[in-house]
Amino acid sequence: MSPNDDWRPTCSVAALRARAGLLAEIRAFFAERDVMEVQVPTLGRTAVTEPQIESVRTAAGAFLQTSPEHYMKRLLAAGAPSIYQLGPVYRAGESGRLHRQEFTMLEWYRLGFDDQALMAEVSELIDRLLGPAAYERMTYESLVGTVEGEPSELDLAYAEAVAALGPVRCFVTDYPADQAALARVRGDGADSRAARFELIINGVEVANGYHELTDAAELRARMARDNQQRLDAGREPMAPDERLLAAMQAGLPDCAGVAIGVDRLAMLAAGASSLAEVMPFADL
Amino acid sequence: MARYATNEFRAGLKVLLEGDPCSILDNEFVKPGKGQAFNRVKFRNLKTGRVWERTFKSGESIEAADVMELSMEYLYGDGEFHHFMKTDGSYEQAAASAAAVAEALPWIKEQDVCQVTLWNDDPISVTAPNFVTLAVAETDPGVKGDTAAGGTKPATLSTGTVIRVPLFINVGDVLKIDTRSGEYVSRA
Repeated sequence: MSPNDDWRPTCSVAALRARAGLLAEIRAFFAERDVMEVQVPTLGRTAVTEPQIESVRTAAGAFLQTSPEHYMKRLLAAGAPSIYQLGPVYRAGESGRLHRQEFTMLEWYRLGFDDQALMAEVSELIDRLLGPAAYERMTYESLVGTVEGEPSELDLAYAEAVAALGPVRCFVTDYPADQAALARVRGDGADSRAARFELIINGVEVANGYHELTDAAELRARMARDNQQRLDAGREPMAPDERLLAAMQAGLPDCAGVAIGVDRLAMLAAGASSLAEVMPFADL
Repeated sequence: MARYATNEFRAGLKVLLEGDPCSILDNEFVKPGKGQAFNRVKFRNLKTGRVWERTFKSGESIEAADVMELSMEYLYGDGEFHHFMKTDGSYEQAAASAAAVAEALPWIKEQDVCQVTLWNDDPISVTAPNFVTLAVAETDPGVKGDTAAGGTKPATLSTGTVIRVPLFINVGDVLKIDTRSGEYVSRA
């Protein structure tokens, strides 16, 4: 491609058509199940405290959201039914074959579901979008070989084990308690595990879900731990989202939620090997 | 010397890895959704030609290598070193070791212009031109009339290298040779 050609889309019109079909199918799936579509802001006053996720900050000091999670939970606390959002999210500095700084996330919350019930629904959606197949189950410990160790070594072992899973659909469950993020934790002491799952398809992380933590005090403590890790790593701590904490204090109903990388799904559906092949423009 | 961070890694970048000059071939960003980001990087060791793979935490940096690729004219070998001269009119010369010149030597003669990789101004590898012309020093007598199809025979070139040539080639013929495949192309 000559330099003068760099205005062109990175994917074909055929890939865009397939992607449009995928989006329509997702909306049909939730319409049939009476899950309501919402559109929460992509720009917010606060950013996630997650130690390994950086938000894009605007010149005015707002943050492009890395997921619609906080806003969606505020809706649930305010009495919304089961809801989904399909839209863009942003992660600073993530760029590669399987990463873009801006990508499309499908996130949904099911009132009264736990992680098991939600995994069943995720596999129904995936069967519909990619065709039916079997789903394996593995705990984090059986995949990685351990749940203990230096965090970055565990992350690298996890990334390599995921990539080595090969051409299967596999739910990974029972994450170490310190990788719970916003999931509730089951069990005590060394046996405690997060009620968190991921779906790996052909070695690619596609979905991440939780039986959601509803305890505001516990979330505040986790945010403080996140920020301590940020400080230890020389990164800026992020102010806790007080509106989310207040919403959880008011009462987040028992629910399970999951986020799916739609571009990765489109990539897998197309048999492509990079996100750029299924995204109209992959400049960043 | 400057350093490059993982987000600056791209194909062709010259860096020092474990003391050796390397060229980056491929840089893959790897990150679990909630986990630490890594870069899985493939390098070609410019001294040995071997491909190395290393994983870095994103944000780590490695030292840049002062590596240049230049066109240089082959002057002569003195038994120990092979001398090359810049083609930019500066007449600057560099002496390459037998190891650095090993892959090019079967194909090059004096005045041929080669690609020379210099590390800290020292030649570490020499690549012959894609096509060279060399005279035949030794071969069985040519078979007259056999200019089209037919078999091949060995011929020793002026550099001492033996290649397969068509039966009609004679001693003294000048041949065009593809150095990448080591094959006869035509009479020059």
